[in-house]
Amino acid sequence: MADTAKKGGGTARSTGGRRRSRKDAAPSIADEQPKALLEYYRQMLLIRRFEERTAQAYTQARIGGYCHLNLGEEATVVGLMTALKERDYLFTNYREHGYAIGKGISPREVMAELYGRSTGVSKGWGGSMHMFDTEARLLGGYGIVGGQLPLAAGAALAVSYRGGDEVVMCQMGDGTTNIGAFHETLNIAALWNLPVVFVVINNYTGMGTTVDKSSAEPELHKRGSAYRIEGVRVDGQDVIAVRDAASDLVERARSEQRPYLLETMSHRMKGHSVVDPAKYRTKEQVEEARANDPVAAFEARLEEAGVLDDDAKKEIADSVRDEVTDAADFAENSPNPEVSTLFDYTYATPVANESTRMPADPVFAE
Amino acid sequence: MSVITYRQALRETLRAEMHRDEDVFLMGEEIGVFEGSYKITEGLLKEFGERRVRDTPIAEEGFVGAAIGAAMLGLRPVVEVMTINFSLLALDQIVNHAAKIYGMFGGQNSVPMVIRMPGGGGQQLGATHSQNIELYYSFVPGLKVVAPSTPAEAAAMLRAAIRDDDPVLFLENLGLYNTKGEVPDDDDTVAEIGRAAVTREGSDITLIGYSRMAAVAGQVAEKLAEDDISVEVVDLRSLRPLDRETIVESVRKTGCAVVAEDDWLTYGIGAEIAATIQEGAFDYLDAPVRRVAMAEVPMPYSKPLETAALPSAESITTAVHETLRAVGRRVG
Ligand SMILES: Cc1ncc(C[n+]2csc(CCOP(=O)(O)OP(=O)(O)O)c2C)c(N)n1
Repeated sequence: MADTAKKGGGTARSTGGRRRSRKDAAPSIADEQPKALLEYYRQMLLIRRFEERTAQAYTQARIGGYCHLNLGEEATVVGLMTALKERDYLFTNYREHGYAIGKGISPREVMAELYGRSTGVSKGWGGSMHMFDTEARLLGGYGIVGGQLPLAAGAALAVSYRGGDEVVMCQMGDGTTNIGAFHETLNIAALWNLPVVFVVINNYTGMGTTVDKSSAEPELHKRGSAYRIEGVRVDGQDVIAVRDAASDLVERARSEQRPYLLETMSHRMKGHSVVDPAKYRTKEQVEEARANDPVAAFEARLEEAGVLDDDAKKEIADSVRDEVTDAADFAENSPNPEVSTLFDYTYATPVANESTRMPADPVFAE
Repeated sequence: MSVITYRQALRETLRAEMHRDEDVFLMGEEIGVFEGSYKITEGLLKEFGERRVRDTPIAEEGFVGAAIGAAMLGLRPVVEVMTINFSLLALDQIVNHAAKIYGMFGGQNSVPMVIRMPGGGGQQLGATHSQNIELYYSFVPGLKVVAPSTPAEAAAMLRAAIRDDDPVLFLENLGLYNTKGEVPDDDDTVAEIGRAAVTREGSDITLIGYSRMAAVAGQVAEKLAEDDISVEVVDLRSLRPLDRETIVESVRKTGCAVVAEDDWLTYGIGAEIAATIQEGAFDYLDAPVRRVAMAEVPMPYSKPLETAALPSAESITTAVHETLRAVGRRVG
């Protein structure tokens, strides 16, 4: 199986100018439904504003823990989520707020989770890194790099065991392709013909370590070739390109019952997490990320094509702003989980002699 | 009632559970074509086919994690990890994922799976292949850890583990596979995870063990009865949750205790039991709790050294005698 670098082209790797400029060969939007285009735009803007609000709330200490944002990756997130059918499953890493929203979870529940409230998508037990929703089929964000990969293969195994036609998508970052679980999982997925699409979000950095410093084969879509997994690289700044490439692989995984690997080339606009000032980034990198802002670029493109006018732009901006404000208010006004529920989620099957002692309780009360 | 081995009890239970529930399937290294490193899964591939008896690559993290993912969608994988020693490669998946998924996501998704793994020394396998590291797992809330000592218990406990909605680590000791015991025919008893058993009543001293050490404790008690020493034997069976009540109740009755464990002493399961007794039966104790454990060394290959390193009927007997002497009773 050849590694086809279809939609994104086999772009040469270097820190600067590492992908073709959008204008060369971006898929045309002439044949697209304006309604769909506007919906992509709305979702990208929603994720952008949501994340900005998140950063603000984090700085105000309304949100605790770590907080990794999708800023700069909105086109990738929306493109990928559009490619999934409602019945398809998704596993992600810890950088997942945008994916949760894109998979159909209300921004209210996502924000409430960030606030640690009982109304949050994981009832306040997961936080930023661990969102989960059975109905939306988001089967979790995972904080251990690569931890989600074997789980995704297992979910695909369950689908295949039952003869179902769902596909599992498994998102990860570029740095994740160097962890053992990546290789064990790709091998198993290929051996067992599992319907899973592995997606590597190549934002060129894992924390501060760049791809060329961490990956002996920096063209990450090629790393499936050792397992005969076809890999595709796509421009992650272009929502249509991502949607097309991902839809193609998702549908092929579904009909052919086998795994695929998609690499999306994108930019992380900020540091690794909200508290990271990203001092390690060069001026060019920062500029390149800014120049490649996928939301602004898509907006300009829609305006150029006459799909988005000033009125529509304002209407979308207002509705998005209201939705984010509503989400933050909802989170702010939601209750914290009751301390009396502390022991509710250790075991699903109740069990004899489960410890429910609080830190200072005696083991044996006289 | 039939007399069968621990190995047969496991195999027959796996077979029956697979017939009972289509969602139950097996996976692990060499469990299919090779029929299992310890032949627990002999014949099962022929009977159930590759869909339900799945040979995996040598990729502990990958396949244990895949079993967790399959369990998240409601299948009931029973994974065999060739020996507990290799589960260290899957430690992340077991501790960070299997144990946490239910709690971390607010109780939305349980992980109904079983990980079976043999362990223990005595086979001259050297340092990396002779460990009992059940303590690592017993430390973690969200996991259930069981270690039955007889064929009947193994069957009842395996049924419980398979039907349980949480990840259950099912520990087998290599030294138990060929031991025989009575198992009721057409039995469908489901053991209660989290409960210990008083396997022999006695009044002079409590002897506490699990897995192979519970079996040895039973033999020691029988032998000591000939000298008119009445030993009560507590088989923990479940290491997490731990049945503290049964332990404490027994020690309150007998006034002294010996704990026997097939693993290292420092920070070990015996230490937890001794602390439990201190907290629950301090006023009833007539002598300090004594612990019998493996020597704290990497297991040697040499037979005499290995034998010396392992707890045995003799070392347990000595500990019982010395404890009774401390109580003021003349023995032996
Ligand atoms: C096993 C493990 N090692 C290290 C970390 C700390 N860590 C968190 S994120 C991260 C970088 C991962 O980079 P990448 O996979 O490229 O994902 P991105 O952050 O770009 O989404 C590291 C090293 C971790 N969470 N888990």
